[in-house]
Amino acid sequence: MSAQAEVLQQAFTLGFTYTRTTGLVVGRFLTALRDRKIVGIKGSDGKVIVPPMEYDPVTAEALSEFVDLPDTGVVKTWAWVKHPRGKHHLDKPFAWAQIQIDGSDIPMIHMVDAGDESKMSTGMKVKVRWAEETKGFITDIACFEPA
Amino acid sequence: MRDIAIVSFVQSDCVRDAGARNEVELIMPVVRKVLDNVGLESAQNVDFTCSGSCDYLQGAAFAFVLGVDALGAVPPIKESHVEMDAAWALYEAVLKIQSGQAESALLYGFGKSSPGELPIVLSQQLDPYYLAPLWLDTVSSAALQARAMLDSGEITEREMAEVVARSRKNAKSNPHAQLKGDVSADELLNEPTYLSPLRKHDCCPVSDGACAMVIATVEQAKKWGKPYAVLKGIDHRIESAHFGARDLTKSPSTEAAAKAAGVANGPIDIAEIYAPFSHQEIILKKALGLGDDTVINPSGGVLAGNLMMASGLSRIGEVAMRIINGECKRGVAHATSGHALQQNLVAVLEGA
Repeated sequence: MSAQAEVLQQAFTLGFTYTRTTGLVVGRFLTALRDRKIVGIKGSDGKVIVPPMEYDPVTAEALSEFVDLPDTGVVKTWAWVKHPRGKHHLDKPFAWAQIQIDGSDIPMIHMVDAGDESKMSTGMKVKVRWAEETKGFITDIACFEPA
Repeated sequence: MRDIAIVSFVQSDCVRDAGARNEVELIMPVVRKVLDNVGLESAQNVDFTCSGSCDYLQGAAFAFVLGVDALGAVPPIKESHVEMDAAWALYEAVLKIQSGQAESALLYGFGKSSPGELPIVLSQQLDPYYLAPLWLDTVSSAALQARAMLDSGEITEREMAEVVARSRKNAKSNPHAQLKGDVSADELLNEPTYLSPLRKHDCCPVSDGACAMVIATVEQAKKWGKPYAVLKGIDHRIESAHFGARDLTKSPSTEAAAKAAGVANGPIDIAEIYAPFSHQEIILKKALGLGDDTVINPSGGVLAGNLMMASGLSRIGEVAMRIINGECKRGVAHATSGHALQQNLVAVLEGA
């Protein structure tokens, strides 16, 4: 008499069950965010790019010269979101903005929690509002707020 | 470079929601009609087939493969796909013909955008570490660009409204358009902002639909005995993925593509420009070097109906059909891809 056949079973997780390294440039920026610091990188023309790029956008030269920067900056252009979408990180009206971090030349995009559209203007000064817990993600910057 | 003939082009209506019709059911009618126009039985009768679509719209990897069901691909055909607007499928087919591997090609593009939240779906086109996690949507990035334009004094809100008014007016003669009618710039400027500085009408609508085209060498087109327009030049260029490294108020990639495609080699009667947002038409008109004697977007353009992954090929098809119908002699068509005009393709078409 043969025993009843054993049914083979194994738990299965649908998803990417691996981790990736973000590399020497992106990784350095994200790791600095975890420590509540912002770093930029010098482009071929010496201009400071934030967030840092691995290769120069014009010359394609590999970049490596990092620059420590403050967590304050200036709004270069902005757009007011009256009706935040479900995926957006802020659940009340906010601004998207290109923010030139002080000491840098190439602006970065992030959110500004200004409360009201009338508080927004091109050229206004802003500073980082850090997330309560930082993890090495771009969202470690919860948003910027008027400085 | 061998001259290439655009022989046939068909586009579906732009509809807000195609309902229960799936992608294959959107593609089949335009493919059937575009082949019938040339007198071809099926995709077996061309040397190469290429499509443009976005798997993210369907929400599944390799979703584009389902589109092949619309072709009758048994026995097997030579087929390819670009995860881009079908204007870039045309570009691939042009390379195929130029390199002597094909004499004719069928192209199609399709997009059923209605099931998802399109601007959020397209946020995932952005770089995966700095921008995609923020869910920067396509309307927001265009609004940042519009503000930069307004701040620089290059445009006014009235000029943006005038682009929309003209689009709606021109679309009245386009049976496939979704938004059409007579509306004045004053009326439009009275509307509230939607995503400031953009008003709702500054943004293209979300549409479902498809388009298809048949191209061939001029020799093959003559054998078919069908009228055709000639593709004299085509080129595409891309700008940095880092928004801050770009001057959003200009389109250097369009300028470079226009130069390489030979836009300035003769007068341009009409231009079909893929500008999903009103201010972008103004940027692109300048980048293409077009003057006031060129008729811009006689179809109404994509502000009147925007088929994701098909609208770019449709711009080229619109110009081709107007040349074939004798409405004009020389035209330029433009397609764009990505956020805030990141990548641009320019094609120059002439009569046979």
